[in-house]
Amino acid sequence: MAGTYYDPADLPRFSEMSEGAPELWTKFMEYYGAVFEEGALSEREKALIALAVASAVQCPYCIDAYTQASLEKGSNLEQMTEAIHVATAIRGGASLVHGVQMKNIAEKLSM
Amino acid sequence: MSTPFPTLQKRGDELASGESQRRILEAPGRFPRFDDVLDGVGPLRTTSIDVFQVNVGKLCNQTCKHCHVDAGPDRKEIMTQATAEECVRAIERSGVKTVDITGGAPELHPTFRYLVRESKRLGCHVIDRCNLTVLNLRSQADLLEFLAEHSVEVIASLPYFQARQTDAQRGDGVFESSILALQKLNGAGYGQGNGRQLHLVYNPVGAFLPPRQASIEADFKRELKQRYDITIDGVYAITNLPISRFLDFLRTSGNYEAYLQKLIDAYNPAAAQGVMCRTMVSVGWDGRLYDCDFNQMLDFPVEATAGRHVRDFDPARHVGRRIRTGRHCFGCTAGAGSSCGGETA
Repeated sequence: MAGTYYDPADLPRFSEMSEGAPELWTKFMEYYGAVFEEGALSEREKALIALAVASAVQCPYCIDAYTQASLEKGSNLEQMTEAIHVATAIRGGASLVHGVQMKNIAEKLSM
Repeated sequence: MSTPFPTLQKRGDELASGESQRRILEAPGRFPRFDDVLDGVGPLRTTSIDVFQVNVGKLCNQTCKHCHVDAGPDRKEIMTQATAEECVRAIERSGVKTVDITGGAPELHPTFRYLVRESKRLGCHVIDRCNLTVLNLRSQADLLEFLAEHSVEVIASLPYFQARQTDAQRGDGVFESSILALQKLNGAGYGQGNGRQLHLVYNPVGAFLPPRQASIEADFKRELKQRYDITIDGVYAITNLPISRFLDFLRTSGNYEAYLQKLIDAYNPAAAQGVMCRTMVSVGWDGRLYDCDFNQMLDFPVEATAGRHVRDFDPARHVGRRIRTGRHCFGCTAGAGSSCGGETA
């Protein structure tokens, strides 16, 4: 057992998740592959979105994978950093906008 | 400009030796051998000799961090006139149509202009693998005129269209000097679609694969035009092979195993079909013959039966020659493939 929940050696073992539910794994991977193909968005744009989402969901495996993917699709550090800021802004904004709920409840409770 | 990265040879590093590099690359362990992966494609053999590539030596005005030649200002390996004359005789015998001159900075070598003139006299298309900054050296004030006069194709290294990445790989101030050189080349009619061809070489500034060539070419053309009013004919995307100073970077940064695995995972049989070594011969500064410039830097000469020196070059013995391979070859077969002319698949 690794000394930490996150081990870089686990990422290449991702396909072991096919064991137990191989049909679901196959469906997931077909879908996953199709999502990242060049389409209305370029592969580069999709990799940047994935990097931002990876940051938002705080998945170290995905951050590793999509940092490399972004570089290999031709993005540079400035673009990747801006993508992270987009995720950060949405996360921060999401917290802040929930402040309206706080205000609604506080208003209702208060005289 | 500074030269912050001393050559491996100057440092007395074990990687200065091709044999040491091959020992590291071919170490038994978890990585497959290149020939074992070639299933159905290999063994690789030349199909023709279309390109005669001459590496005139390791002298260079730069010491780039990724250089597979371990070139630099302190290197003394320089082709002699006698060897250059043997090259010209071999070019004549071979009937090749393309002569590709590289280094080091080939223009700094005393035989460069002789090789260009003689190759043109023989009707060959000539390529100069140029580091750009050489065009700004006082000693090379007439170089641009010489290249233009002989319609030499310029294939120039510029790993990125921004200073930070370029200087990180090639040394402080290299980007600014490269931009100045590109503007001079444009001024001399290069990169304008009129026959004076100017291509740039993109290679990743780090341990990752290059993007698709068409994608990065579009970025380069747009950004160079917009920022500096520079035009080019195209971009070749080249993968960094895990040898020499790039191998040193991989090992010291802890990226060696992951990078090699990445190259292996990205193995593409279609790219293997198109590798450049199948249609070329590579000549070293001392006249020895190799399958490619990378094998040259690994001290890994062509198979003995083909003849190993340019003075003995017999084109018939080099067609069908078995190519000597190693794990470094995964660099040319990864993804869309990589060659001196960019993608191969």
